Amino acid sequence: MVSGSETGGVLQSVPAYVRRNAKTFSNAPAFREKQFGIWQSWTWLQVEKYVTELALGLLQLGAREGDHIAVIGRNRPHLYWAMMSVQMVGAVPVPLYQDAVAEEMSYVLSHCGARFVIADDQEQVDKVLEVQEDLPSLDQMIYLDARGMRKYDHSKLHDLEKVRESGVEASTTERQELETRIGKLNFQSICVMLYTSGTTGKPKGVVLSNKNIIISSLNGCKFDNIGKDDEILSYLPIAWVGDFIFSFGQCVVSGVRVNCPESRETVLSDLREIGPSYYFAPPRIFESMLTSVMLRIEDTSVVKKWLYDYFMAHATQVGPLILDKKPVGRWALIKYKVGEFLIYAPIKNILGLSQVRVGYTAGEAIGPEIFDFFRSLGINLKQLYGQTEASIFVTVQPDGEVRSDTVGVPAPDVEVRIGSNGEVYYRSPGAFVEYYKNPESTAETKDPDGWVATGDAGFLEPDTGHLRIIDRAKDVGKLSGGSMFAPKYVENKLKFYPNILEAVLFGAGRDNCVAFINIDLTAVGYWAERNNIAYSSYQELSSNPKVLDMVQEHVEKVNKSVSEDEMLSGCQIHRFLVLHKELDADDGELTRTRKVRRKIIGEKFDDLVTALYDGSDSIYTETEVTYEDGRKGKIAATLQIRNAAISDGSTSMAAE
Amino acid sequence: MKDIAQGYMTEDGRQIGAVLMELKNITLKFGGVQAITNASFDIREGEIRAIIGPNGAGKSSMLNVINGFYHPQEGEVWFHGKKRPSMPPSEIARQGIARTFQNIALFHGMTTVENVMTGRQLMMKKNFFWQLLRVGPALEEETVHRRKCEEIIDFLEIQAIRKTPVGSLPYGLQKRVELARALAMEPKLLLLDEPMAGMNVEEKEDMSRFILDVNDQYGTTIALIEHDMSVVMDLADRVVVLDYGKMLADGTPDEVQKNQAVIDAYLGVEN
Repeated sequence: MVSGSETGGVLQSVPAYVRRNAKTFSNAPAFREKQFGIWQSWTWLQVEKYVTELALGLLQLGAREGDHIAVIGRNRPHLYWAMMSVQMVGAVPVPLYQDAVAEEMSYVLSHCGARFVIADDQEQVDKVLEVQEDLPSLDQMIYLDARGMRKYDHSKLHDLEKVRESGVEASTTERQELETRIGKLNFQSICVMLYTSGTTGKPKGVVLSNKNIIISSLNGCKFDNIGKDDEILSYLPIAWVGDFIFSFGQCVVSGVRVNCPESRETVLSDLREIGPSYYFAPPRIFESMLTSVMLRIEDTSVVKKWLYDYFMAHATQVGPLILDKKPVGRWALIKYKVGEFLIYAPIKNILGLSQVRVGYTAGEAIGPEIFDFFRSLGINLKQLYGQTEASIFVTVQPDGEVRSDTVGVPAPDVEVRIGSNGEVYYRSPGAFVEYYKNPESTAETKDPDGWVATGDAGFLEPDTGHLRIIDRAKDVGKLSGGSMFAPKYVENKLKFYPNILEAVLFGAGRDNCVAFINIDLTAVGYWAERNNIAYSSYQELSSNPKVLDMVQEHVEKVNKSVSEDEMLSGCQIHRFLVLHKELDADDGELTRTRKVRRKIIGEKFDDLVTALYDGSDSIYTETEVTYEDGRKGKIAATLQIRNAAISDGSTSMAAE
Repeated sequence: MKDIAQGYMTEDGRQIGAVLMELKNITLKFGGVQAITNASFDIREGEIRAIIGPNGAGKSSMLNVINGFYHPQEGEVWFHGKKRPSMPPSEIARQGIARTFQNIALFHGMTTVENVMTGRQLMMKKNFFWQLLRVGPALEEETVHRRKCEEIIDFLEIQAIRKTPVGSLPYGLQKRVELARALAMEPKLLLLDEPMAGMNVEEKEDMSRFILDVNDQYGTTIALIEHDMSVVMDLADRVVVLDYGKMLADGTPDEVQKNQAVIDAYLGVEN
């Protein structure tokens, strides 16, 4: 029996879709996971059976309707299924970031009042046990991987497989109870609660209904013609809205096959083996792919390097045009085909992108040369702008209208408008229900008519209708001279250099702008190796005068490029320093999705900001760092401060 | 020392069983050098047994006696309640004793999985030519062994380097591959010669966890040599202390730590 009433072919709940899939796709593979070196696969029939049995098991353990059940772990089919089972019993899954430290987890678990926790392995269980005293509502814990768990007290701790097995034995009354609960689910029921990464302050629980997830997933599939023949590799955190839509929502509504990597470290080789047709990655992954290609080309023979340079130059010219089906000359086409055979196809194959039909990047701005590189190879890489509150989709780039400097046009069923202060607002079927236990924030963000404030400043291009994002609305400020301060805009330009991993710009309310720079250890380390520069640590490399020279060169180029934009020319960097440590989410400097927390960094490194403005040449500083296992330590360093030349648009002059 | 004749229960609730190996009055000489003098101790089933001592105390020699590489001039080795006659190390390995080395001894040109597979070599029944042809029963046999190796690769979380030649791996990972190869033999008694030497804190923690997990999951008895005292005190159920080939003490980590002779040997003593 398919429960959940139908409205125009659209089912109203995830469990209803799971049952439909068991009927229509029955023996088609639904999920795969690499285990013991082999890809294991499960059909929709098996998935539906498993999910139902596990749901009955959860019912027996005492899961109630409306409970919050946290799911912590890496991308694994069993965890996705557990979320489906949780929905079947009428509870709400709350996926968490697996690399969150215990205190972060404690906040989220107590905020949502999770009664059950479903964890991947011992590591996650240990973290929850560490903070369980602060979690009065926590009742039962379930784990997936039994390794190391034998000695634990099992009075409130269960093996997922045992819970499922007990579900097999469920009584008729229990089965009826489950059917009743599934029957009650509709568009208004809560599908999932996702915590925002919290660029500022504590994370907020974004409540998303079945309608939000199902309609957004369906629209996304329709927009790019995604269906049951497509493959995706699920490797991004399950707590992130993108993964929830791509690996869960779209899988459930359209039967996209979900492939889970063997471990976190094997993602790249698993990508190569699966060859997904639908691929999603944040810009930094594309960046590291490009870096790895460039490094290997540097090491190759002269002939190969020449071939690469020759054909890539050609691809940069015509690749994007061919991808957009725009006319190109016959000779250019033939030359591109030869290049495809010799260069492009092998590179795509090495990167595991041979089959990619649709690729997306989002989360941060992507460097134009990175973006163009992939498009010239013939990979249909596009940009998407979205947020958790929108069930991800706000704007997307349609095929044929792809550019690196915009984020596309409003997604299907999404309305976008720009507020009087330049902030972007949207209204869509994916727009969230509320922030959990936080009516003030809900009211601030979503007005009674359903318009949601994104917190980003941007504008719609009048002739194309494409949206361009400038910066976070609250980050956009003014320098003391009155000119506009848009830090992200400048930081992104800096980050487009492979040598620069992160940049943090300061300047609101000041005379001019200064910056912290983080070097990229892979790229700079490789450069150091080639130039015979010895170093023993990140800290040592980052303070090497030659590295500083190189960074200075990048900064000055960015200044020149910034100066060309009249509105933002005040944002040029007058002084900068290279940080002695990598900014890290464990130290609270980045969010779990690796976005810079400007305010926290500014407070933490207050001494450095002061030094940047008071004109000193160097500064001694001590910084507390958190190791992976949660212990803390201190590192000390003396940092050099450099002045950068600023441009006035045409001629350049030295600062100070 | 507590009475452990019938086995005992550890603090974390593991049941330690009967004596698996007993070394009785072992004396080992190389020419005039006396490496081990009259040492006696036992290793019990399911136990993690540490052998510690200053440099040159005879720890590695002791492991070599246990796995039959050295034959002591005096004394007896009892394994599974039987006195072990002199036999080649390969035969002893077949009885269920595997080891890792202080200086990693892997095949550097071979990949991780190939190295781990060599741990199964003693169990493969088909001869070289069958294996070369890789058909029928030889293929079936290889599949069975490969599955076991993959379980161990998964267990030690080295999937990402499955097909990487071990020569290009960092030291900490090579140590892990060596442990994987030893585990592939499905040993009853696993000898680890300085499993954490040269590792940083994080790698040591990982390795400690793996050693505990091996002991827990497979019930493998483990005898290890280690210099890092905090590691020994955390891991070991009982500790033997050697100094200049003589046994200084034998007991739980706490007992050994309080033993005056041990303190003197480690910190030096004023005469």
